[in-house]
Amino acid sequence: MGESQESVSRSQEVEAALALWEIVHAAFPDAVSALDENPFMPFFEVQQTERWREIALFLRDDPKLRCNYMACLSGVDYPEEGKLGIVCNLESVGVHAHKIAVKVYCDREDGVIPSVARVWKTADWHEREAFDMYGMTFSGHPDLRRILCPEDWTGYPLRKDYVVQESYHGIKVPN
Amino acid sequence: MGLLDAKISNHNVLVTSVDNVLNWARLSSLWPMGFGLACCAIEMMATNASNYDLERFGIFPRSSPRQSDLMIVAGTVTMKMAERVIRLYEQMPEPRYVLSMGSCSNCGGPYWKHGYHVLKGVDRIIPVDVYVPGCPPRPEALIGGLMKVQELIRMEQIGISRVEALKKLEEKNIDPGQLIEDARKGAMAS
Repeated sequence: MGESQESVSRSQEVEAALALWEIVHAAFPDAVSALDENPFMPFFEVQQTERWREIALFLRDDPKLRCNYMACLSGVDYPEEGKLGIVCNLESVGVHAHKIAVKVYCDREDGVIPSVARVWKTADWHEREAFDMYGMTFSGHPDLRRILCPEDWTGYPLRKDYVVQESYHGIKVPN
Repeated sequence: MGLLDAKISNHNVLVTSVDNVLNWARLSSLWPMGFGLACCAIEMMATNASNYDLERFGIFPRSSPRQSDLMIVAGTVTMKMAERVIRLYEQMPEPRYVLSMGSCSNCGGPYWKHGYHVLKGVDRIIPVDVYVPGCPPRPEALIGGLMKVQELIRMEQIGISRVEALKKLEEKNIDPGQLIEDARKGAMAS
């Protein structure tokens, strides 16, 4: 990369993430965005959501990547863009000393993201939590139910435009 | 306690009222239900453990609502938990008491405004006898609350309602400041 020559003050983590991203970008040139060299959490975006599981398997299984550990999967709401998203923090534990974050997006209404619960076990409950709080569906998830809210809860509480319901099973909710 | 303080000299014959004996027995073996909902439960466990030793009051947590006299609601009651709390309360045999421990179960606490999932006070679903303020309350405060429950039981009589007992307790209301002042004067005089 031409620009990588200029900024010499990159930390070791960002260097490692850049090397990781170059391999992923070479394998999926259309589906993966440029690397955002955020010093705290270097990340790239998946631009073709439907290929996310394929990319995830590549991240986990490629001998040079071996991102064998998903530290966290969080949901995000982007009301201005009309999108929902997830942020996945991946690490390679005991093989390579690198970590990276991956962002995947979907539509705000009836959005679908391929599930990676069978790629990383962590994603199972974390995807359920993102579904519970934001309402996107994870296609291919083995058990996509609400995890924190009751089964019959209405709405997705962490969306920016969430309105608290007046009563739940006859119990008044707001103060 | 008023019952065992008296010197028993008359061939183990003791004259008292049935109310007194019943109340004494009940308030000396208050069995709370062993369940905690949030961080207050840690303080409740500390109160049960050896440093504060609730067993000297005869208070010993039971694992079943069917064996309990007292429900200590220790922590945040979520909407999901609220229904379970009602179910547990209904399983407890009468006479039963409820102690609401900490700001969350008193009124929703820090979740008062933005907690979409938090019940704003456990008294919205079950009747509460004693509220213990604090976030979380120290063990001393919980013990104070439990002693209030004991006082309430002491006011009860066969044939009078809980409400009347509460009224009697209010009439008897002792000013703690006055109590400390009296003790101080007594100590200085001696």
